[in-house]
Amino acid sequence: MEYKPIRKVVSGNYAAAYAVKHARVEVVAAYPITPQTSIIEKIAEFIANDEIENIQYVPVESEHSAMAASIGASATGARAFTATSAQGLALMHEMLHWAAGARLPIVMVDVNRAMAPPWSVWDDQTDSLSQRDTGWMQFYAENNQEVYDGVLMAFKIAETVNLPAMVIESAFILSHTYDVVEMIPQELVDEFLPPRKPLYTLTDFDNPISVGALGTPNDYYEFRYKLAKAMEEAKKVIHEVGKEFGERFGRDYSQMIELYKTDDADFVFMGMGSLMGTVKQAVDVLREEGYKVGAAKVRWFRPFPSEELYELAKDVQAIAVLDRNFSFGQEGILFNEAKGALYNTDAKPLMKNYIVGLGGRDFTVNDVRKIAENMKAIIDKGELDVEVDWYHLKR
Amino acid sequence: MNTLFGEKKEGATKIVLKSVDEYPEAPVSLGTTLSNFTGDWRTFIPVIDDDKCVKCYICWKFCPEPAIFIREDGYVGVDYDYCKGCGICANECPTKAITMEKEEK
Repeated sequence: MEYKPIRKVVSGNYAAAYAVKHARVEVVAAYPITPQTSIIEKIAEFIANDEIENIQYVPVESEHSAMAASIGASATGARAFTATSAQGLALMHEMLHWAAGARLPIVMVDVNRAMAPPWSVWDDQTDSLSQRDTGWMQFYAENNQEVYDGVLMAFKIAETVNLPAMVIESAFILSHTYDVVEMIPQELVDEFLPPRKPLYTLTDFDNPISVGALGTPNDYYEFRYKLAKAMEEAKKVIHEVGKEFGERFGRDYSQMIELYKTDDADFVFMGMGSLMGTVKQAVDVLREEGYKVGAAKVRWFRPFPSEELYELAKDVQAIAVLDRNFSFGQEGILFNEAKGALYNTDAKPLMKNYIVGLGGRDFTVNDVRKIAENMKAIIDKGELDVEVDWYHLKR
Repeated sequence: MNTLFGEKKEGATKIVLKSVDEYPEAPVSLGTTLSNFTGDWRTFIPVIDDDKCVKCYICWKFCPEPAIFIREDGYVGVDYDYCKGCGICANECPTKAITMEKEEK
């Protein structure tokens, strides 16, 4: 069948809901939280209108239960999905470890929202990055198209390596903003994403098993090693699945870091999510103004693309890391990871951290220009002014 | 190998996994623990008096491990490989057919 995309104007949240429908998800367990709510509302609407077959929607009393129900569903061999934001994701934290430790390929959309207090419903990456060490893969979408594509790819990757995956989109900037999304006809999604083949099944009654069995000090360590190896394996699978997606549907996701005009760049901006749409636009403007700049969009934060970062870093003079997040007592989380990944290599670009857009603070092309001016001054001088720059601060 | 109702596993041996490659991909197992017998943890051991047992199976229901099984003659037995000696069975038994005694090791 020839691929002819179906174009729909949808919000990021609806893009996620359509992807769930097209992925033939069997169980959705979710609890509503702004700005995630319209994802599950749309899924509920699909179910009410009989637009999805063979799906169970489980209304639960909290996000902790949403993840618990997803774990139960996934353990039986079902394809399970849930979605949340900020405090809801934090409430799931304990269960996130269970999902990854039990090697269950659940896919969850997290709509990035700032952690309270002060109470906030706006965009900020600290919620998802706080779950960095739970064993979940993390994909950051730049736009609504990437939300849709990301969910479909996440299921395929997750079910290949048996690890859960988060697809992350920005609060309101994507979740509630409408844009054209090219959707894939159901038959072609089915070819790309066949039914799940679980590692084990709970419904084989002749061979009953315990899930989440006790692991004494004699065994726990080996399981953690296996999880670590699965994350390493995921890098290869991400590359293959991303390449296949490109060959089938024209959008290539084989690289974990998307490079934009970095070939001859003196310095690059690095960041994740919707922020990078603005940065790419700014790069076009800055190029016309004579800056040799590029953008490096980190698509997958877990597993972390250290090798791809090295390939970029060895050829540039400086990297401006834009973090819409912060690890208190240290610095921006992506900045911290990127520096750490390069430490034992010969790539030593000047690296500066700009804390931007926390709690939904607007981040514009003009902001990128100001950062470019600052970066140019730093490169000319050959040293940093400050390492971590609270760029928007009212001084 | 099954410790569910009506069956007692035969010749259970402790699973010893020697290299990481022998481990299953996900932490699932046939028993409640992967490779050790929780019976190793026991200080007190349940002793069952069949004369007092009325086959109500309350002990079987309450055993958290589950180490209580139902024998072919209908009375209950204890899988000492997994009995931690917690004493819940003795506490719940309505006819006091189970007593906890210090185990000689």
